[in-house]
Amino acid sequence: MSEATTEQEKTAREAKPPKRRKRRVGGGWHIFVFIAPAVLIYTIFSIYPLVESLRLSLFDGLDDGSAVWNGLGNYVTLLFNPTWATQFWNALWNNLILFFIHMVVQNPIGLLLAALLSLAPRFGSTYRTLIFIPTLLSVVVVGFIWELILSPLWGVSETLLGAVGLAWLYQPWLGLESTALTTVSLISVWQYVGIPMMLIYAALLSIPDELIDAARVDGLNGWWIFWKVKLPLILPTLGIVAILTYIGNFTASFDLIYSIQGALGAPNYSTDVMGTLLFRTFFGQQLQIGDIHMGATIASMMFFIILIGVTIYLVLVQRRLQRYEM
Amino acid sequence: MKHMMKMTTATVALCFASGGVLAQDATLTIESWRAEDQAIWDDVLIPAFEASHPGIQVDFAPTAPTEYNAALNARLDGGTAGDLIVCRPFDGSLALYQRGHLADISDLDGLDNFPDFAKAAWQTDDASASFCVPMASVIHGFIYNADAFAELGIEEPGTVEEFFAVLDTIQQDGTYTPLAIGSADQWEAATMAYTNIGPTYWNGEEGRQALIDGSAKFTDPQYVRPFEVMERWADYMGRAFQAQGYTDSQNLFTLGRAAIYPTGSWEIGGFNDQAFFEMGAFPPPVEAEGDTCYISDHTDIGIGMNTATDNPEAARAFLEWIASAEFAQLYTNALPGFFSLSNAQFEVEDPLAQEMISWREECESTIRVAHQILSRGEPNTWNNMWTVSANVFNDAATPAEAAAALQQGLEAWYEPQQN
Repeated sequence: MSEATTEQEKTAREAKPPKRRKRRVGGGWHIFVFIAPAVLIYTIFSIYPLVESLRLSLFDGLDDGSAVWNGLGNYVTLLFNPTWATQFWNALWNNLILFFIHMVVQNPIGLLLAALLSLAPRFGSTYRTLIFIPTLLSVVVVGFIWELILSPLWGVSETLLGAVGLAWLYQPWLGLESTALTTVSLISVWQYVGIPMMLIYAALLSIPDELIDAARVDGLNGWWIFWKVKLPLILPTLGIVAILTYIGNFTASFDLIYSIQGALGAPNYSTDVMGTLLFRTFFGQQLQIGDIHMGATIASMMFFIILIGVTIYLVLVQRRLQRYEM
Repeated sequence: MKHMMKMTTATVALCFASGGVLAQDATLTIESWRAEDQAIWDDVLIPAFEASHPGIQVDFAPTAPTEYNAALNARLDGGTAGDLIVCRPFDGSLALYQRGHLADISDLDGLDNFPDFAKAAWQTDDASASFCVPMASVIHGFIYNADAFAELGIEEPGTVEEFFAVLDTIQQDGTYTPLAIGSADQWEAATMAYTNIGPTYWNGEEGRQALIDGSAKFTDPQYVRPFEVMERWADYMGRAFQAQGYTDSQNLFTLGRAAIYPTGSWEIGGFNDQAFFEMGAFPPPVEAEGDTCYISDHTDIGIGMNTATDNPEAARAFLEWIASAEFAQLYTNALPGFFSLSNAQFEVEDPLAQEMISWREECESTIRVAHQILSRGEPNTWNNMWTVSANVFNDAATPAEAAAALQQGLEAWYEPQQN
């Protein structure tokens, strides 16, 4: 956020004489030394597996365990064979719903909490810790707790609703096709709302007091200071939060859904996401024998979908965001 | 230690010297997913084997069930897998055989002790080669709270209508949830409902084979009827059963809050520990008095030999022992509810297990309909069966729609069904 990149400055920087750039490269060998460990680790644990799974997706497995070149055949199967295409589009659609729910519920709540915390209320740090703790819990624990809370047999949700005269509202939410995905999404929101809250909170704290004081002197009240001064300053952070939500929606959603609803995204595939589809295809599910090539194809499609989403964000949104020196 | 080493070497040398007949100072490692059986293997089964086979040591080394397939594959490919491989039924093990990891053991004498349907789970499709010895099956049926039955003055139902009359009585009394089964985890709907009561309608093996050879379709009435019965079950299942999972149902029953538990025999061990009331069991009710009853006697566990083993002779000796009457007796009683598939006579001590295994005499046995061949393609018939069975309970599909979905999925890739 400290980097000033208004249009004029950008042009000014690009117009600088090449001489200086040359000198930088010549004396910059230490840069490579410093980034080498990161590049090495990143290559071994991220880039190599990615390339390998892209490679796997271009082959087809045979009964004896060997593989033959299949070109883009697996992708054609995934997108056009009715069996695979139904599952694929259903999973992708569910992922988009999940993303939507996180965007309209998790991130605004995160923003609200951060805004409240930045006012330094009493016990602020206690709230901050309490709200952030679920993020650190294992999804299996979170899934199990919520399954119990919502259970028709042992759960407290019905009793609690009954205490305020709303027992008739109770439904086995996790078991109904119409509500299962929303319920799982909200559980995930409960768990992860601490992350956008912390990111936004940090951004809010970095706004210099002088700006706020100046706005106050100009006659703005707290409400307008938030909308006119703070919010524009933290927009880049909100952008980062959005993109993290988008990526997390494809990667992090899997564990929770797998632990609560199983690998088939019960009931009736209504909570099936790309992650669960990938999992059962790659590793197998009961009598379905794992197919690493088809699994790699789904994984690669997830990679492309994330890549497209991030690219769109970088090209259309990030570049237009006004950044301010503070 | 050094001394022991010397002794071992000496023994080996002695064995070789004596013509190699007993050249078996070997250690065998068993790969299994049944980690909960560790104590039974260590305390009962392995000592019994070692007592009759001096010179062979056996080591039971299980992996967690969810990791078993992947871990075993990795070890087989890397050449570090154990000598003996506990086999899942049908295609999972068939794939291992086709990849050359499981040895062909068709010439094992002990295999003659098993009926054909038991061996079929670990054979090539044409039954020309066997690669695992059948160890145990699980039998489906219904376990009930006998105290509750006595209290309400009801008896084990024999026919479907009696079954529903019993459910009505329990429902009207209101003390107990009539049926302890939910649809949240889906697999119980397929396993403990559809493939439990289904064989009664499609005549067991006859109907299963008819689907495999293409002469019958899932949309035929005998495959739709079980779904129609299941649709009626929904009225007697716990309130909000849509969010009731497998462990919920188990607890509901063992806490004495439900009267009838549609089941598999593997529950016996756990239920004996947890339930504080008398239990009884009855097989799936028949349509009319006097009809033949059918049970799902599902081949669940086998054991085979790693082709890469260093001790093939010892491994074969172990497999012969697994096929013996001694093992059948020991295993079935150590793990009540896992029934040896052997033709040998053996005594079952647990009363509930005794009741369930006695159905083999009264009823015709078959296995789960989706497991052989029919779940080989995509969409997977067994996965489909989970989903559509739960859909029938949830009222998300009519019986006809559920059957049509199964048939459509099967026709998509299974040639005999495409004409």
